[in-house]
Amino acid sequence: MNLADVSPTEGLSTVPSLALVLAIGVLFTGGIYLLLERSLTRILIGFILVGNGVNLMLLVAGGRAGGAPIVGITPEDEMSDPLVQAMILTAVVITLGLTAFVLAMAYRSWQLNGHDEVQDDLEDRRIARRAAENAPSYADEDAEATDTLDDEAPEVRDETSRLGREGDR
Amino acid sequence: MIDYSAQTLVPLPVVLPLFAAGLTLALWRYPRAQRIISVTTLSLMVAAAVGLVVAADSGPVVVNVGGWAAPVGIDLVADRLSALMLLVSSVVMLVVLLYSLGQGVADGDEATPVAIYHPTYLVLAAGVSNAFLAGDLFNLYVGFEILLVASYVLLTLGGTAERIRAGAVYVVVALLSSIIFLVAVALTYAATGTVNLAQLAIRLPDVDPGVQLVIHILLLLAFGIKAAIFPLSAWLPDSYPTAPAPVTAVFAGLLTKVGIYAIIRTQTLLFPDGRADDVLMVLGLATMLVGILGAVAQDDIKRLLSFTLVSHIGFMVFGIAMGTTAGYSAAIFYVVHHITVQTTLFLVVGLVERVGGTTSLDRLGGLARIAPGLAILFFIPAMNLAGIPPLSGFLGKVGLIEEGVRQGTVLTWILVAGSVLTSLLTLYAIVKAWNKAFWQTPPEDVQPVRLPRGMVGPTAGIVTLGVGLTLVAGPLYGYTDRAADTLTDGYTYVEAVFPDGATRGDGVSDDTDADDTVEIGGEG
Repeated sequence: MNLADVSPTEGLSTVPSLALVLAIGVLFTGGIYLLLERSLTRILIGFILVGNGVNLMLLVAGGRAGGAPIVGITPEDEMSDPLVQAMILTAVVITLGLTAFVLAMAYRSWQLNGHDEVQDDLEDRRIARRAAENAPSYADEDAEATDTLDDEAPEVRDETSRLGREGDR
Repeated sequence: MIDYSAQTLVPLPVVLPLFAAGLTLALWRYPRAQRIISVTTLSLMVAAAVGLVVAADSGPVVVNVGGWAAPVGIDLVADRLSALMLLVSSVVMLVVLLYSLGQGVADGDEATPVAIYHPTYLVLAAGVSNAFLAGDLFNLYVGFEILLVASYVLLTLGGTAERIRAGAVYVVVALLSSIIFLVAVALTYAATGTVNLAQLAIRLPDVDPGVQLVIHILLLLAFGIKAAIFPLSAWLPDSYPTAPAPVTAVFAGLLTKVGIYAIIRTQTLLFPDGRADDVLMVLGLATMLVGILGAVAQDDIKRLLSFTLVSHIGFMVFGIAMGTTAGYSAAIFYVVHHITVQTTLFLVVGLVERVGGTTSLDRLGGLARIAPGLAILFFIPAMNLAGIPPLSGFLGKVGLIEEGVRQGTVLTWILVAGSVLTSLLTLYAIVKAWNKAFWQTPPEDVQPVRLPRGMVGPTAGIVTLGVGLTLVAGPLYGYTDRAADTLTDGYTYVEAVFPDGATRGDGVSDDTDADDTVEIGGEG
């Protein structure tokens, strides 16, 4: 169906309402800004904002609002799309569950550390630091002896040295 | 009266564990009952998956859930790929469950966190199965969410400081990927007016190529985060190693592969035009090399294995990116191999940690003397991972390299060279771990620990299974070849959902005028 063919009078148009599109934009902008923060609480708020933005997106995907999609109440070509609303409902429930979980996690983090920030992986940082120093990432027991061959040479009995002394004589 | 057929089996891998999860939650006071229920459920899942593997070999098995006809109703589709993935994943989950039961019995900590362990584990199983069976993009999303939420709980089990730190990274990344996936679902629905995979396969080619590309990239982005493809892989080695050994094992084996499975579906069913192949190929190469270089630098076995996990995802992406039947076949074979071997290695490392008291290669040593049996259990899957013939890792890599050479473009040759290099570096990394953990002089005196039989048994079982993959490699490759055939032919899946070119699946549907509900949202 071509957009130009749809006149507002026949059926429902697929052109979304500008207000919804703007709202999606604002929710995404704010949400993504907050997602970039380190505090879990802010990340959570960001997630909720973006989540709602996506829900609105789904709503827009279903076309313009019409009547209740119940046979007998609304003529078929004036019905809203019920499928997107079912999907939004599912997404809302999932978001709710995730919100509860992240809140619990943020609280636990606050209990343990006194803050709720996403922390660095210390082991990762340690490896990275050693790499920057060009040190081996692990202590090599076998390579513990750092002596060079020259250092070891005097300790070894050297038969050729006798030759040298013989030459001196 | 109910007719029992192969279709009866399709919903079982989702329904059974969900039901059992509720039951085990209700019976949280009775650990013994929980154990019996979980083991029985997962055994039944394995049985159902075996049935599906056989049934799907003679054509995809489709169920319109509740008798409502697709595309308005939800359909579950078990084709060869889904059934094979289901079988491998349920076997692996059963083995890991037995291992964790052995661990729980040995440690005697049958109390607190274990009470929620069983329900969560079963929900994870349901989520994984649902993702494999989903015949509908939104149901796939729901499957992902089920398994992710369960994985959040399992990863932060006990709520220690280290696990909360790892969990925060994991959860935030997973939330982001879920949002991206949902955006892709919304755009798909806006563009085509459907989320049914089979119907999408029919309608997407008519959509504007620009819009197609956006949807395609969004889907690959969402699945790429889950599959840990470079540059979206940094979260994995940060978060996996801190979880309990069985949890890490099942995550490493399954969760990334669900992402790979979704990518295979995207590439074959929704966008078979192969526009993203070159990009995927380059990303596959980067994943292999960056991952394995990370592994070489680590001195903790768990982290080392996490990095090899990321690295070997690159092999599967390579297979997918070649976009041919042989490529997909090798990729699917590699997935089967990799699920098994990676899970095995993490289970063995759990045993290593028990004996040595640590997973740091600096502080481990002399395990070959203390626990020679454990050394064997580690050595076999380690060599399998590195791809030493005749183990299954070698066979998978040969399949990929053969197809790469056959295609013979510059890019595939580079990938072939990259995969050989990655295999060698894997061998280097894993032999380093082997030498240091099992042969170096122990830095501190390690007392011999008696390993609980309940943990060694399942580990030995899955090691044997990994070796057994070599023995059945011929028939297995035959099966993956046929699976790849139906994936790439472009009509088997669609015709299975919509028999005889109908607009509705077989199920009850009052209104057979398919355009009615869907065209309201459609621009196409």
